[in-house]
Amino acid sequence: MIRTTGLTKDYGARRAIDNLTFEANQGEVVGFLGPNGAGKTTTMRILAGYMPPTFGTAQIAGFDVVEESIEVRRRVGYLPETVPLYSDMTVFDYLKFMADLRHLPNGDEMVDNALEMVQLEQRADGYISNLSKGMRQRVGLAQALLHKPEVLILDEPTIGLDPAQVVEVRGIIREIGKERTVLLSTHILSEAQQLCDRVLIINKGHIVAEDTPENLQARLVGAERSILRIKGDAEELMPLVSKINGVQEAKIRPDGAMEFQFAPGVDVRPEVARMVIQSGFDLLELSPVGLSLEEIFLELTRDGAPTK
Amino acid sequence: MRNIWTIARREIKLYFGSPIAYIVGLLIFLITGIYFVLTVYLAGQSAYTSGSATAPGPDLVVGLMVFLFLFAVPALSMRLMADEHRNGTLELLLTAPIHESELVIGKWLGSFLFVFLIILVTFIYPIVLNGLVTPGIDQGLMMANYLAITLVAASFLAIGTAISCFFNNQFAAFFATLAVLFFLWVVIGWPAVVMQGTGSSIFTYLSMSNHFSSMQAGTVALSDIVYYLSLTSLGLFLGTVAVEIRRWK
Repeated sequence: MIRTTGLTKDYGARRAIDNLTFEANQGEVVGFLGPNGAGKTTTMRILAGYMPPTFGTAQIAGFDVVEESIEVRRRVGYLPETVPLYSDMTVFDYLKFMADLRHLPNGDEMVDNALEMVQLEQRADGYISNLSKGMRQRVGLAQALLHKPEVLILDEPTIGLDPAQVVEVRGIIREIGKERTVLLSTHILSEAQQLCDRVLIINKGHIVAEDTPENLQARLVGAERSILRIKGDAEELMPLVSKINGVQEAKIRPDGAMEFQFAPGVDVRPEVARMVIQSGFDLLELSPVGLSLEEIFLELTRDGAPTK
Repeated sequence: MRNIWTIARREIKLYFGSPIAYIVGLLIFLITGIYFVLTVYLAGQSAYTSGSATAPGPDLVVGLMVFLFLFAVPALSMRLMADEHRNGTLELLLTAPIHESELVIGKWLGSFLFVFLIILVTFIYPIVLNGLVTPGIDQGLMMANYLAITLVAASFLAIGTAISCFFNNQFAAFFATLAVLFFLWVVIGWPAVVMQGTGSSIFTYLSMSNHFSSMQAGTVALSDIVYYLSLTSLGLFLGTVAVEIRRWK
């Protein structure tokens, strides 16, 4: 659905993105992860047909973003980083305006559908200027979803939202991502982990890593880590856990919980859990250590890190 | 065509919700209204006292309106594109499946229709005048005047639209448009006065006010119409180029 080859963009003497080659397929949610200024917005703008690349090509649904820009734009729903809204219009009028520009045959119905998707039906007749930040973000999302595009490009879709709204918007994206192609950018690692089937880590205009969140974790850390917490002292379990096939390393953390590592693909957690129960202990917690993608990220994007 | 109309329709609605448009419209009606009433009153007075007077012609208000448009047009056109850029909505329009030219023409058309409405309202002056003077006003002259003011408005607005495409700040666009309109209306004709032969006729041709004056006097030449239509097209073309340049930057 999205395919780029050697995509490069220069702003004057500054190279914003350098030789990006990647793909995103239908039914896939691909996350662009990188620090601010890494080139995420630039890449998305090129894909959305906002500006042409300096070198390289990009295709969306088989159409070239420069040569067949209008065809591309028909098939893409795009939510820019700063949500482009006309605050002097009502939510409905704004979406109807976009529906007219897209020549949607049953515009009113499509607008209602989009509003329903982002749960804004109640505010359809309200002026955009009176909406909260979260609602504005949802109007922007409705605009991107309006024409049921094959490809959705969302630039920082959850930025500036409060936690409850973040959960809502992520839910919407996950729903859409089941059938369509979604490319979203974020600098929140847990978001990429939760939403994306595949993550592209981009830094200083280069793709430094590309894989599923799980594999990235495994590839760079070399192991998955979990925490085991039981009622009582985890120390007593140490010999038993260490004996389980696949457990690479187990240690007691200062807070009394046990942390163990295992090779990716050899999930030992069910066995650990069984063992705990069979040994007569009360299992309180068995959870993955969540920070590791953060570590990967820092590792990959720190200054002087080797680029791919 | 459809996209142009979609863009234009939004602009017209926006004018009807914008204080600047109301102020501009109101000022034009107020100033032309006072001028009209005064002129007609004074002509009536002199007819009463001296027994005869030259009846005011249908070009009465149109001449003043052109002068007012020099200021009104920049105020109406300044935000057309500059505001889209400042708002970030240009990104929305440039990623919608429409051509840059449709966007620029739509913007221009919206502003033109609004100004055309103002022009139509001022039609009331010749109608009133027609009832006051005997044997009625010269209708050919009136049509020539209204054609002239419509063409001038179209070209003024095309220039304003183009300049708005180049600016991010609407007030910068306002002053730039004002300057360019004054230049094309007044200044560009100056070299014609001191030059002779071909040079003189080139500058005479380039001056917007010369074409207007001859139409206002009742001579509708094809070259005048072509001049204003070319200027309008040129403005719309430059505006489109400006939007394309933004893309490549």
